[in-house]
Amino acid sequence: MSETHRKLAILAAIWAALACMPLWMPYVGGYTALGSRVLVLGLGAMSVNFLLGFTGVLSFGHAAWFGLGAYGCGLILKFIALSTPLGLLAGTLLGGICGAILGTLIVRRRGVYFAMVTIAFGQVFYYIAFQWSSLTGGDDGLRPFYRQPLHLGFATVDILHDSAAFYYFVLICFAAAIAVMGFILRSPFGRTMLAIRENERRARFLGIPVEMHIWIAFTLSCFFMAFAGSLYALVNNFADPKGLHYSQSGDFVMMAVMGGMRSFWGPLLGAIVFVVLQDYISSITINWQIFIGLTFVVVVLFFPRGLLGFLQQRRRA
Amino acid sequence: MNLLEVDRVSKHFGSLIAVRGVSLHVAKGELRAIIGPNGAGKTTFFNLISGFFAPSAGTVTFDGRDVTALSAQKRVALGMARTFQITEIFPELTLFENLRIGAEVASGYRLRPWLGKSETAAIKRRVEETLELTQLADKSSRLVGELAHGDQRAAEIAMALTLKPRLLLLDEPTAGMGDHETFEITHLVRRLHRDQNFTIVLIEHDMRVVFHLADRISVLDQGALLAEGTPKEIAANEAVQAAYLGKAA
Repeated sequence: MSETHRKLAILAAIWAALACMPLWMPYVGGYTALGSRVLVLGLGAMSVNFLLGFTGVLSFGHAAWFGLGAYGCGLILKFIALSTPLGLLAGTLLGGICGAILGTLIVRRRGVYFAMVTIAFGQVFYYIAFQWSSLTGGDDGLRPFYRQPLHLGFATVDILHDSAAFYYFVLICFAAAIAVMGFILRSPFGRTMLAIRENERRARFLGIPVEMHIWIAFTLSCFFMAFAGSLYALVNNFADPKGLHYSQSGDFVMMAVMGGMRSFWGPLLGAIVFVVLQDYISSITINWQIFIGLTFVVVVLFFPRGLLGFLQQRRRA
Repeated sequence: MNLLEVDRVSKHFGSLIAVRGVSLHVAKGELRAIIGPNGAGKTTFFNLISGFFAPSAGTVTFDGRDVTALSAQKRVALGMARTFQITEIFPELTLFENLRIGAEVASGYRLRPWLGKSETAAIKRRVEETLELTQLADKSSRLVGELAHGDQRAAEIAMALTLKPRLLLLDEPTAGMGDHETFEITHLVRRLHRDQNFTIVLIEHDMRVVFHLADRISVLDQGALLAEGTPKEIAANEAVQAAYLGKAA
């Protein structure tokens, strides 16, 4: 079997597994809503990795755009219009545009300074959401609002009560988002991102305006992240300040690193491990974070390229 | 007409004067070597030409245009390409991808979300031509980080060539090489100069290479221009001999 055929086969297997998730999830101790959570957080981790793994820039404040997406979506559903697509659009635009604007202030920083500045900006949004109780519900979070049935013209899909229908809605959104992501990474622009990751000085002396390209990559990543956040508001019918907090940003980075940040699918695997472990262990003990942390340490120590990176390496060896 | 005219450039780092009032005029098609003892300011001078940083004083004119205030990236767009003393490549990408990025950026495709069939084919051709020229074609699908040192040096020159530069700045192309690899690179640079008519400015330590290749030589010492001339003139110059041998002139 040639390399291309093998890749296609793996791709088909991934999508088949995702498409059948509501069927097999109960047998591994999960439930359909958990599948939706995995996809949404997986999309978030992939958005972080769009920057971290493919541009070589670590943002430690990406939860800001995730949370803004969630609030944008929730506020629309609560106050403006009972429309799921409109909520998604508003959330994505809110997070993406805020990211684009603040990105102009961030992209000149590098390395740990970049990470620090992103944390700082992220916390600004956290405290805004926390303090502005009249609009955001403050510490209690934004509620009540509910995802609305989808009117397709020929049919209406009740994604609120039918969890399988909602799962497929999330899956379609997820597929669309990562198709765009994959498309960008294969483009000439995507290759300039890799160039910057590999060697910024060389990239500059090939004529790439590095700051501008990092800004574009950052902005795109913020839009993907905000889209994931909007979906997250729909998953929970709830948005709360924790979604903006830097510890949430840390979770996304953890998923990306655990899964493997040099591979496109790695962060999704990381999100599966993270969410399933969290769901399982938190039903046993409230100190579930210790176990996730230990898992993370073990992965980083023994599989520095992440779980997926390790599997790929073994196959090549 | 001169392609590159550097006029009385200086560079100060605090109280340290790394380059003082150096001028350099390079004609189209010329191969100029810059030599000098360690710490003479050769690489700093190179950085001023290529826009790595701005000079404290003086001007850099490229093809009749004052580029003193332009960023490195804009100078590349005008046709200046350079390599570094310590190889700067994209180690975890294949050699082909390393060159493709250069070719795409130089073709103005860097922001493009996709390329048409004919554009893709043109890029591929350009990469393959460059690989042929630098005799690296058989290593096209290897990761550059895994190539031998000499091949990595050649790969960096190849990356610069994908930009189809009008001026090629090579910072010690034979740095860290054994005799055989030095021979290969020297051969490559000569081909680029003689057959492809590239205008080249290179810094070099290996005097065999310099005297073999250069049309003219500029000698820097302690940040200043000590002498300039043909290889014969430089070989006979007493001040140069003194600088290299450490005698009082």
